[in-house]
Amino acid sequence: MPEDFTLTVNGNGHQVRCDPQTPLLYVLRNDLGLVGTRFGCGLGLCGACNVLLDDQPVHSCDTPIATVGAGRVTTVEGLGTVEAPSPLQQSFLEYQAGQCGFCLSGILISATALLRRTPDADEATIRSALDGNLCRCGAHNRIVRAVLAARPGMTMPTETDPGDGPTGDDAP
Amino acid sequence: MNAGAQPDARIAPSPSLVANPRLSTWVSFPVRGYVTVRTGKVELGQGIITALTQIAAAGLSVAPARVRVAAASTQTAPDEGYTAGSLSVQHSGAALSEVCSRVRERCRTAAAAALGVSEADVSLADGIFSAAGAAVSYWDLSTAALLDRDGDPSGSRDDVTTRRADTAVVGVALPRVDLPGKVTGAGCYLGDLVLPGLLHGRMVRPPSRGATLLEAPVAAVEGMDGVHRVIRQQNFLAVVAEREETALLAARALRAGARWREDDTLPDESAVAPFLTAAPAHTETLFEDGKHQALGADTLRVSAVFSRPYLAHASIATSTGLAKADDGVLRVWSSSQGIFHLRAAVSAALHLDPSAVLVQHVESAGCYGHNGADDAAYDAAVLACAVPGRPVRVVWSREDELGWSPLAPAMQVRINAAYDPAAPGTTGTPGAVRDWRHEIWSNGHTSRPGGGVEPALLGLALQRGGAVPPALDPPLARGGGSGRNSVAGYDVGRQVVCSHRLTTMPLRTSAMRALGAHLNVFAIESVLDELAEQSQRDPLEFRLSHLADARGRRVLEVAAERAGWGAPVVEPDVGRGIGYARYKGTGSYCAVVAEVEVTHEVRVRRLGVAVDVGRAINPDGVVNQIEGGAIQSLSWTLKERVRFDRRGVTSDTWETYPIMTFSEVPAVDVAIVASAEAPLGAGEAATGPTAAAIGNALAAAVGVRVRELPLTAEAIIRAISAS
Ligand code: FES
Ligand code: FES
Repeated sequence: MPEDFTLTVNGNGHQVRCDPQTPLLYVLRNDLGLVGTRFGCGLGLCGACNVLLDDQPVHSCDTPIATVGAGRVTTVEGLGTVEAPSPLQQSFLEYQAGQCGFCLSGILISATALLRRTPDADEATIRSALDGNLCRCGAHNRIVRAVLAARPGMTMPTETDPGDGPTGDDAP
Repeated sequence: MNAGAQPDARIAPSPSLVANPRLSTWVSFPVRGYVTVRTGKVELGQGIITALTQIAAAGLSVAPARVRVAAASTQTAPDEGYTAGSLSVQHSGAALSEVCSRVRERCRTAAAAALGVSEADVSLADGIFSAAGAAVSYWDLSTAALLDRDGDPSGSRDDVTTRRADTAVVGVALPRVDLPGKVTGAGCYLGDLVLPGLLHGRMVRPPSRGATLLEAPVAAVEGMDGVHRVIRQQNFLAVVAEREETALLAARALRAGARWREDDTLPDESAVAPFLTAAPAHTETLFEDGKHQALGADTLRVSAVFSRPYLAHASIATSTGLAKADDGVLRVWSSSQGIFHLRAAVSAALHLDPSAVLVQHVESAGCYGHNGADDAAYDAAVLACAVPGRPVRVVWSREDELGWSPLAPAMQVRINAAYDPAAPGTTGTPGAVRDWRHEIWSNGHTSRPGGGVEPALLGLALQRGGAVPPALDPPLARGGGSGRNSVAGYDVGRQVVCSHRLTTMPLRTSAMRALGAHLNVFAIESVLDELAEQSQRDPLEFRLSHLADARGRRVLEVAAERAGWGAPVVEPDVGRGIGYARYKGTGSYCAVVAEVEVTHEVRVRRLGVAVDVGRAINPDGVVNQIEGGAIQSLSWTLKERVRFDRRGVTSDTWETYPIMTFSEVPAVDVAIVASAEAPLGAGEAATGPTAAAIGNALAAAVGVRVRELPLTAEAIIRAISAS
């Protein structure tokens, strides 16, 4: 039976009426119009639907709305905007980290949580923190570089993959 | 090569422009300050829209920010067939280059007349023609009349894609135009599109491939709160509901209550190879060249069989379709790679006049071939026709995505090669391959909708209680399917390629990135390494001595040099290997060096790629595509395999069909070899060479040749015990 729920998403309070078992994902996308959180598997195995619940990344596809309670939900829309992107989002733009981009919302959420928890995370830590986020386009290394560069105090691009990037002066 | 030279006069006419010659089809100036560009090619995550923006901006001499690339629709876009085969820059780019240059020159003539000066005195900057203190812009001219003309398909006198010394926009790393929205959660994908009154559809697929629906709890499910309709047509079963979560619950109830009759229809997964070689097939000689040679007494021979399993597209989004039937018009929104073909298939399947079906492309997650997008569009169309006036969105489950999308075919390749140590090589070094035979067993690599007599759509097959017709192969002249890259791009003396395309298709197959090139290049490059080893020659030197093409030699040399080729590998259980191919024999040149470490599993530590894509319209886009293609090929080559029992696909979650994770992805170094030649696509060039380099590195590390993909610990053990 549908029930009323109050939830806080990106700092705003919302009222929704739905079945208590409704995954948070569908409430965000269909009731609140926050479509940046993506559906990838519905089984907690790909990370496309990740959101922050308080400071913890969770799969919104297998989080029933009834379990959210007073938790503060942050979606990718809550991290920043095109006009005012978060430092991490800005870094993804600088490093052109993405191809189709479908995986990026969940990855930005996972990486935001990681950098809050471990601001000086090294490359291996970043990679393992993102192992629950699948990317099929092969944008992994760009994404890792973008996260490395977004660590607080980083001002210079970090070279982790030697020699990566075009070498236009390799004239035949 | 001729860096900075004049545009290549041999550029073939763009088929896109031949089919759609009208300038106004491609370009218009509807809003002051902006140019609208229409293309039939679609964004698959590969960055094509950004590259085409650059070409249009250069051709028209406007800032890239003024260019708006309109989403492709059957109403407005030029029909450019499929977005496939790494041809978008070649076809759409060449067409746009020609069209935009011509538009610019026609407008310059009109501007000169308006300004009362000669054309030579008019200068153009960011869309404004000026002379002697006066100016007119594109937006002041009667462009509608000026553009009501045909372009010249035979190539432009002034091709911005190869012109070197002009512009600040072509050949530079313009940031992706779509990325800001994608990192901030904009609703840019098909599944994000919301139409008023939207209903949610969910499919209930049969429990196995040959299943027949006997009974379904239609009335009970239609009685559930919020359920709009249950649609049952033979084996096609679906539900439409007001809310998405209701559609999911209703689909679950429908699945739980349905009764099916099931049969074994699939081959034994542990015996795919014998199945492939024994199944009825269409046999064809794809290629034959060179004369029989007399071979010396010391001739070395290799005869080797290679295989790969079925592979899945495994997009991160699941297939999605959106449709609305209203006033005799069926509107479809789809991430299809071929909207015109989809329209043909949907209208034929639903007995509608094609003019009554409109297909609009909307992007979804990265698409690497013919996945379930077209099928999902048709599913949505069927449901929309059942609830006229209301739009219906269908989103496939992950299980259906991995279990019911078209798969990349399992393949087997046998190569017989003969090497005569006394024969002179291309470069004069003694020792050369003199005889080469390549034989392929595979299902066809394309069963796109609208291609054959019967529309190849999953939903239609289920409605008719049958199966999708077997996949075919495009001819080698158009890139081939099973035979893609089966012709060794080296001087190997007499060469024969033969294919056995199965005429039965137990598991539905179709096009996936690089088609047959993945296994063909793996096999060819493995045999070259085997011959090099037997003749005690260095694999790089061996290749170069069989390769006359300077561009091919160059990518091999650059990849080798950057990877420190030649320095001995001293660590135990570590190997280095090289792989090379020119994609399709006519596309980009790519060489890869892989460094592999074998512990309890195969780990790739590093990939070094060198690529010649002709002029790189957007070098960063090329690096991104090449790196992505290499990582995807690595994932296929090391770990992917579709699992099935005698009834259906069992690898239908990310746990049973794992792909490469962040921790497993190695460092990838990409070098673009500069070139002034006509631009070539980059998306598929790295696939074959990456697989080959890994296979060769593995053989170097363990001393045994593993010829079956994926290159798992079990495959290594099997190879060791067989050797
Ligand atoms: S959609 Fe939630 S983890 Fe995949
Ligand atoms: S960029 Fe396409 S899935 Fe990651």
